[in-house]
Amino acid sequence: MASRSDAGDVGGSWPKHETEVALGVNGEEERLVVDTRTTLLDVLREELGLVGTKKGCDHGQCGACTVLIDGRRANSCLVLAVTLEGSEVVTIEGLAQDGLLHPLQEAFVERDAFQCGYCTPGQICSGIGVLEEARQGWPSAVTADLTAEQVPLDDDEIRERMSGNLCRCGAYVNIVTAIRDVAE
Amino acid sequence: MRPFAYERAGDAREAVAAAGGSGDGVMYLGGGTNLVDLMKLGVETPERLVDVSRLAHDRVEPTEGGGLRIGAAVRNADLAADPTVRERYPFLSQALLSGASGQLRNLATVGGNLLQRTRCAYFQDVSKPCNKRRPGSGCPAREGDHRNLAILGHSDACVATNPSDMAVPMAAIGGRVRVVGPSGERAIPLPGLHRLPGGEPQRDTVLEPGELITGVELDPLDFAQRSRYRKVRDRASFAFAVVSVAVAVDLDDGMVRDARVAFGALAHVPWRAARAEQALRGAPATPESFAVAADAELEQVRPLRDNAFKVPLARNLLVRTLAELCEVGA
Repeated sequence: MASRSDAGDVGGSWPKHETEVALGVNGEEERLVVDTRTTLLDVLREELGLVGTKKGCDHGQCGACTVLIDGRRANSCLVLAVTLEGSEVVTIEGLAQDGLLHPLQEAFVERDAFQCGYCTPGQICSGIGVLEEARQGWPSAVTADLTAEQVPLDDDEIRERMSGNLCRCGAYVNIVTAIRDVAE
Repeated sequence: MRPFAYERAGDAREAVAAAGGSGDGVMYLGGGTNLVDLMKLGVETPERLVDVSRLAHDRVEPTEGGGLRIGAAVRNADLAADPTVRERYPFLSQALLSGASGQLRNLATVGGNLLQRTRCAYFQDVSKPCNKRRPGSGCPAREGDHRNLAILGHSDACVATNPSDMAVPMAAIGGRVRVVGPSGERAIPLPGLHRLPGGEPQRDTVLEPGELITGVELDPLDFAQRSRYRKVRDRASFAFAVVSVAVAVDLDDGMVRDARVAFGALAHVPWRAARAEQALRGAPATPESFAVAADAELEQVRPLRDNAFKVPLARNLLVRTLAELCEVGA
């Protein structure tokens, strides 16, 4: 991997490090030169103009920055972009296919599962992750039978599995309903 | 965040070589869920990161002896969902699922989980003194906000707790942590990776500079099929433990033949409760003997001004969990 250190600058005497990285974003291959400190979240928003993904806490506590990395939900604020060589990232902008919203996006509209909308892209990406994890039979902390092959996504399961996404407007009731609609 | 150089290691040897022996200024990067956050906070300031998140230590497989070998790069989510873990060590799966959020568990690795740092507020705030972060600078927690800090095994220098859920049932099960370092490979007994703070709270573990965790081997423990992890916290989900307990019981006709007990969130280490286990062995499976066992362990507590509530909480949690596992009233 190419890595170079520029002389001087940032914050005094520490050298700044830039590295090339190639990753897929919503089906497009992106080749970037990034400061090693740059998170995926900042690459999406500042380098690629994909501002659908939101910065809330920037510490992995609110879930607003949730995207899908290689099909799994993850907090983009805690992932350094340089670590993503060859990975495939899907953001809220990449969910619609052929002009049709993803079924969970449809369900959020149908169920009025948001108010201000700031947490919504993270909620939807996280919800898609939850649906896939449940399809694979992954248990959660509220699953009574850990060895069950199938876990029905009832309201308690959805609430537990979505606990990494905060909504300060308090739209939780309709978020649960929207996810349940798609799970059924 | 302070600038740093980055390199991705192809295998463990390469990673150790990249760390350069002394390990000075170099840190291994796993899932990054704790390390990247601490770098943003200025608590960690590595000059170089060696990315070990994609090393081939990514499998969960049975050992010849009937135990389980878990690669250090296995993600917490995958370990929690592993069919063998769910069936043979259910409390390990429960502990993992009770930790963090779904998004974080998809990123976090087993090695990183073991090496995550305390969530003591003073450790995470670089404007405050902290003996763990800056040795010799003092410990404001002792007189300050320590509601959720240690009641067991703390020192004048440090009252921090280990925040891991996963490490609690691992301490109860026992096994080995496999590491490779500048002077070769070695196995660290489990429990035994984490250490009490004493006069060197900057050292969370017994790892030597430059050493890399490559995996965990869990001992076989047949009776762990009857096990449970229970966690008390300030909200229903996505919060660190106030007190947690991992319990496995070998029950024989109303008698406890053997038991494993470890507490979380009470000490600088996942606290293997050997005294409680000793009291349980051969005792009738009754709420009375469970209380005797809990008291035997908690005799050693030294609560701080604002966390004495953890003592009855830990006692009741252990008694209740034992009663549930043994299906007797408590």
